[in-house]
Amino acid sequence: MVATLRDTSAIWAWLDEVPDPEIPVISVVDLGIVRKVAWAGDTLEVTLTPTYSGCPATSVIEISVETALRARGIEMLTLKRQIAPAWTTDWLTDKGRAKLREYGIAPPNPAGGPETCPHCGDTAVERISQFGSTPCKAQWRCTECLEPFDYFKCI
Amino acid sequence: MDPLFEFLCRMGDNTLVLGHRLSEWCGKAPVLEEDIALANTALDLIGQTQMWLTYAGEVEGKGRDADRLAYFRDPYDFRCCLLVQQPNGDFGYTMMRQFLFDCYHLCLLDMLATGKGAGAPHRANPSSDQRIAEIAAKAVKEVTYQQERSADLVIRLGDGTEESHIRMQRALDALWPLTRDMAALDQVDHAMAEADVIADPGALASLWEYMARNVLAEATLIPPDVSHFQKGGKTGQMHSEHLGHLLAVMQSLPRSHPNASW
Repeated sequence: MVATLRDTSAIWAWLDEVPDPEIPVISVVDLGIVRKVAWAGDTLEVTLTPTYSGCPATSVIEISVETALRARGIEMLTLKRQIAPAWTTDWLTDKGRAKLREYGIAPPNPAGGPETCPHCGDTAVERISQFGSTPCKAQWRCTECLEPFDYFKCI
Repeated sequence: MDPLFEFLCRMGDNTLVLGHRLSEWCGKAPVLEEDIALANTALDLIGQTQMWLTYAGEVEGKGRDADRLAYFRDPYDFRCCLLVQQPNGDFGYTMMRQFLFDCYHLCLLDMLATGKGAGAPHRANPSSDQRIAEIAAKAVKEVTYQQERSADLVIRLGDGTEESHIRMQRALDALWPLTRDMAALDQVDHAMAEADVIADPGALASLWEYMARNVLAEATLIPPDVSHFQKGGKTGQMHSEHLGHLLAVMQSLPRSHPNASW
């Protein structure tokens, strides 16, 4: 079993099925927090980086990753937590961005705010608050369709 | 006394105590959005605390982890500046305290992460301690966002209604005399500069104050003319009376049930 997995692409695919605990439409791979998957002898090393220093989801994510890999038969497993280089929203995958928008969360934008309302697509949007329901989000609203929505902060 | 341990406790105790203060607002802030923002800021600060105090415990080498340092030290072993110990007051007072600390914190983290702000260009390097440079690079992103928010609110409230202006000026008058404690230099700073752990701690006092004064001017607020600045929090030599009360609340659970896990 192990020999056939020396190529880590299968492992990346498994990890891409592990949902983020707070935004379950995207995976931990989409979120860009899986930094490295490598074999050290017979042990699989998975390196994860936290989004925000105090994000309570970090521990839950570690448990989810471990559970998912053990269910696939990986017995020798080490999880590493790495803080440098610091996580950036640039690491979100294109697939992840598309899924966020579909779910009603505007993806991060280097210009500093959402491009369009994820509900109606209008560009008339304004900020309600710099923070939202999780450390990674802010609250915005659309002045066209009047719906509030979450915006994934750009850092 | 190991100056590196002392330095790390200062970093972690500031974020711990301010994070705890902000968490006291949870469920009580004037509007839901601000309640959530204060709790999220607290979360960032507590997360940073975990990184600083974990490292402090490793440097000390006596087997103390972040929790042990946070919950089982007494007030005189804390190294947080006087500003962060102050009670919340009203929302404006909390935001003024946050803003003054954010300016200092941002300049400090920026210097640790990149060397930015060092007076002499040849000293402008990231911390020689790689772990410190990494934690600072992580934290500076969060604190940049926090400082944007607190500066924005100080301007809106300072240059707001007659009532909000009066309250913000009152908060500034009360808190300003505590601010020089943050960047006052002592032998720990000199030892850290000597070892290139921090590029130029002597430059921080003018850096943060410059940043703060620009925003305060825009907020139509005037720092008071103060002849005496209180000090002693950063060194632990003379804390305010508020710290003991804060710790009594924060530490009571782990001290009542030591080694409990859940």
